[in-house]
Amino acid sequence: MLTAKLLADRRGLIFLAILAAAAILVPALNLLTPEGSALHVPTYAMSLMGKYLTYAILALALDLVWGYCGILSLGHGAFFALGGYAMGMYLMRQIGPRGVYGNPVLPDFMVFLNWKELPWYWYGFDWFPFAALMVVAVPGLIAFIFGWFAFRSRVTGVYLSIITQALTYALLLAFFRNDMGFGGNNGLTDFKDILGFNIQSDATRAGLFALTALTLAAAYLIARSVVMSKAGKVLLAVRDAESRVRFLGYRADNYKLFVFTLSAMMAGIAGALYVPQIGIINPSEFAPGNSIEVVIWTAVGGRGTLVGPAIGAILVNFAKTTFTTGALAPYWLFALGGLFVLVTLFLPKGIVGTASDYLARRRAAGAKPEPVAAPTPDPAE
Amino acid sequence: MAHAVFLILSRILAVLVVAFALAHPAAAQTLDTAALAKGFASRSFDDVEKAVTQLAASGSPRAEPILRALNDRLLVIAADGALLIDKAGAYENAFTGEAVTPTAKPTPIRVNNKIRTTLAAAMGALTLMSPDRQKRLEAAEAVFKSRDASARPLLDKAIAAETDARVKARLIEARAAGVLLDQTATEAERVEAVATIRARGDQDAKGLLSSLPAEVPPAVKAAADRAITAIEAELALWNVAQNGYYGLSLGSVLLLAAIGLAITFGVMGIINMAHGEMVMIGAYVTFVVQETIRTSFPGLFDYSLLIALPLAFLVAAIVGMAIERSVIRFLYGRPLETLLATWGISLILQQAVRTLFGPTNREVGAPSFMSGAFDLGGLVITYNRLWIIVFTLVVFFALLMLLRFTALGLQMRAVTQNRRMAAAMGIRTNRIDMLTFGLGSGIAGLAGVALSQIDNVSPNLGQGYIIDSFMVVVFGGVGNLWGTLVGAFTIGIANKFLEPYAGAVLGKILLLVFIILFIQKRPRGLFALKGRAVEA
Amino acid sequence: MTSVVTPQEPAHLTSSLLYLDDVSVSFDGFRAINKLSLSIQPGEMRAIIGPNGAGKSTMMDIITGKTKPDTGDVLFEGTTDLTRLDEAAIAHLGIGRKFQKPTVFENQTVEDNIHLALKSDRTVLKNLFWGISADEQAKIDKILVTIRLAADRDRLAGDLSHGQKQWLEIGMLLAQDPKLLLVDEPAAGMTDAETIETAKLLKEIARDHSVIVVEHDMTFIRDLGVKVTVLHEGSVLAEGPLDVVSADERVIEVYLGR
Ligand SMILES: Nc1ncnc2c1ncn2[C@@H]1O[C@H](COP(=O)(O)OP(=O)(O)O)[C@@H](O)[C@H]1O
Ligand SMILES: [Mg+2]
Repeated sequence: MLTAKLLADRRGLIFLAILAAAAILVPALNLLTPEGSALHVPTYAMSLMGKYLTYAILALALDLVWGYCGILSLGHGAFFALGGYAMGMYLMRQIGPRGVYGNPVLPDFMVFLNWKELPWYWYGFDWFPFAALMVVAVPGLIAFIFGWFAFRSRVTGVYLSIITQALTYALLLAFFRNDMGFGGNNGLTDFKDILGFNIQSDATRAGLFALTALTLAAAYLIARSVVMSKAGKVLLAVRDAESRVRFLGYRADNYKLFVFTLSAMMAGIAGALYVPQIGIINPSEFAPGNSIEVVIWTAVGGRGTLVGPAIGAILVNFAKTTFTTGALAPYWLFALGGLFVLVTLFLPKGIVGTASDYLARRRAAGAKPEPVAAPTPDPAE
Repeated sequence: MAHAVFLILSRILAVLVVAFALAHPAAAQTLDTAALAKGFASRSFDDVEKAVTQLAASGSPRAEPILRALNDRLLVIAADGALLIDKAGAYENAFTGEAVTPTAKPTPIRVNNKIRTTLAAAMGALTLMSPDRQKRLEAAEAVFKSRDASARPLLDKAIAAETDARVKARLIEARAAGVLLDQTATEAERVEAVATIRARGDQDAKGLLSSLPAEVPPAVKAAADRAITAIEAELALWNVAQNGYYGLSLGSVLLLAAIGLAITFGVMGIINMAHGEMVMIGAYVTFVVQETIRTSFPGLFDYSLLIALPLAFLVAAIVGMAIERSVIRFLYGRPLETLLATWGISLILQQAVRTLFGPTNREVGAPSFMSGAFDLGGLVITYNRLWIIVFTLVVFFALLMLLRFTALGLQMRAVTQNRRMAAAMGIRTNRIDMLTFGLGSGIAGLAGVALSQIDNVSPNLGQGYIIDSFMVVVFGGVGNLWGTLVGAFTIGIANKFLEPYAGAVLGKILLLVFIILFIQKRPRGLFALKGRAVEA
Repeated sequence: MTSVVTPQEPAHLTSSLLYLDDVSVSFDGFRAINKLSLSIQPGEMRAIIGPNGAGKSTMMDIITGKTKPDTGDVLFEGTTDLTRLDEAAIAHLGIGRKFQKPTVFENQTVEDNIHLALKSDRTVLKNLFWGISADEQAKIDKILVTIRLAADRDRLAGDLSHGQKQWLEIGMLLAQDPKLLLVDEPAAGMTDAETIETAKLLKEIARDHSVIVVEHDMTFIRDLGVKVTVLHEGSVLAEGPLDVVSADERVIEVYLGR
């Protein structure tokens, strides 16, 4: 039943197929073709694509709360950064005595600050399974506590958006402080290896890329199975008429809390995959502007479509790279700002939403409508 | 408590009231220049020090330039033993001021730290008679800190001649410091000195009283201990008052930044993320006005802010109205979309300003009436902060009046309360929307003029205020101007009282967390409107 | 039997399904409900009429937990104090509500709307599964037939006509299978034919549920043929059979006078 329904979605299938192909082809073209070959994918390009894919996971996570439950979080960058910091702490511990100061336990910045011992909250991060658990547990817990308060007291709409922004702003200020023990301004960097593999080597980079592509696929499947379940219908109902849902006996708060926490965990995983590919995590990831950018990726792709936000994240970031590395760099903020305005005014359903509306209209009128976007009922082979 | 307040009042009086003085006839002395020159030329630091003391005590008009030259390593000894002052290569006789040309290169006189200390005290004493009030004030302070008993004759002279109340009070305190440490003074004199120093009442007074040598008689010691306790209580109170003032000052900045938002968000319900950029525009208008004045009408500099105010209001209001007409009006009833679109606008405005004016901070100067500070008892009050508080309150009440008593205000309230009814009564709601938004933006522009005085004028200026402004408006209760006022001052004062304990950053974080929790407890803010109007 | 009954006699707490006593609530100083007392017996169907602004919808807000009364008791099944519970808990107890303005989930299909309302476990984890059991599907089908929307099951609820939305909402109430149904102006905006159908539908429902209906339409109330309570300025003005109530002078004055 489950697989049958999952497969009954051609858009999703295409998306998954592309991801699977990318997970195999890109690393293969990087590792197996010679440097000068026309088919060769340079490592920096692969890492760049890997970064886009982590952003795609983040946008997909945001879509789950915004597109399907109407919660416009302006703080999802914070969960991404928290996951990133958890991974960064693991990578810091892996450096061991190879740091500049050669301290076997303390990361360089702590030696520099004259700290004598590892703070208690750094314990266990040298052990990968624990760090991996923290990658989801910390963002999840913070989202849970925050949501527990916010949803229970029925803070909704823009009020909620503004306090999520305040949340990430507060975290930004906190992580800038040296005595927080997360490297202050500079954050965590100079990583050496991950699970014993050299973090700089092409093979490790290729592996990370493939892992990111597969994680995006997995995140899509999880999100899709949530929105297709009855709980997913409740979420949509909460988005459209929250109080009606309560009168039906559902605790809307719990549904929101569930999806908010789940989404924060996904964002955390995205951040954890981002850090080893970029090689640094610092407090600027908490900047409120970052979180709002995630919203625009989601809006561009088409919220409430899952695939759309992932595409939007990749497109917008590709454009950003193109812009900011060329002569057009000063105009990037004009372009980004314009994108915010134009998408909200003229493309409220985003690229995928608009396209599938168009396709649905062209198809025979008898097609069965699906809650959020038009369906593609015939299963692919 | 009442006692402490009384102390503070008496302290203010002590500052303001002219102290009485005793005249001392100045004893004219002739200088034994040969002996002095020999002393300075000596290889022994002790002899040099003695010469410094003698020269200082002489009261000669040449004492000051000589000692200053010594201090600046410009006092030299010629081969013939004459004392010269090195005037950038040319020399003059130290005692007569006549120019001389030495045959060989003279040797500079060396000083050690001990001599430097003596020198500082001596020069302090000498400048006590300077015609420059500021210099006298500094000198009196220096003598107070050096606790130099030997300066007493000079002090007495200076006190007699002094006409400025504030300088005189400082001189009397400096004299008391000497008396207090003078073993030859009588017990009664020393107890009286304690009282004088106690009346001074600041950290330095406390420091002096708590570092008395062991020799002081028990009665003086007891008086000093009592004085210390009293000063501590008083200082604590001043500290609270100073924090309160800083809080008021921060609160007024928050209020100023938030008032415009209280209109656009509070009254109209528009989430304008570009609000901070309206503030920034106001600040840049101020910059442009000042630049124009600097280059073309330098005489008008002191009026630059006054000229900038209406222009900043207009420019920000026009930009605001353009935004409302071109984007926001299509998004009424869709707050989240409005939030995103206005965020985009804020990026565009920032980049536009960056392109026009460059990414770095621009210098906006302070007109003379806004620079400097004055003491109010134990408070230090800077003029720019004081003017901003005043300005904020003026803007606030003017806005209140505008909403309450003008036709525009009436129509604004009508439209926000019941749009369709207002439209049915012939109010052009579109126009009112535009004007209301323009008003909110214009006020943000005014805020920019004021904030240019205390913040860096850069393209990022506005970003620093947007989250704070929303916090203030939401905390105070949306749609309630008074709530915004109370919210801003509450947050400002709370912030300043938290800072000493938690540090600036942590204090701010704590406050943010508090507001987040508060909004969750009372989602509609401190002064919530009730009823169905809110739910719509 | 001949005079209008005012609900002053102490109600039998254990026997009433719903019992309101001395309930008041004000908004910004305006008393929307003023010392309202009312009791509904198990299995009873009650019609509530009253001019606009009489407080009928506000009364339903109070029963369903949307509005907390300033004073007074609201008891369900004699023992449960509804003023202490939130909307979801009250819905759990078995009180369903249809709103004055039809509120259905417009972006979901008719069938999904019923599915969401269907009595079942409401917790998140129990709903993370896909699909519908045969038993549930049968219930949904039956309700769709009852509310005459079987043919429209796959349409988006937002595309339905106003009357159809009203029915869909009644269908959702049925799916909840509550002990007490609160129905706010079900016939508003309906054609005459639809109104008659709606009255029939409600009577059908009333066979195995307790129902409170708020309605303006007198013919509709007459069709129902049940005890009527007249609300005015937040309290009960009269109570009894429709004929008796509509002959009451105060009622006539409220409706026609001034
Ligand atoms: N949440 C609220 N806030 C303010 N006024 C309210 C609220 N709920 C109801 N009212 C007022 O109470 C009165 C009764 O309203 P309502 O119960 O809707 O009347 P009706 O009998 O027409 O259903 C009306 O005047 C309405 O404006
Ligand atoms: Mg009503």
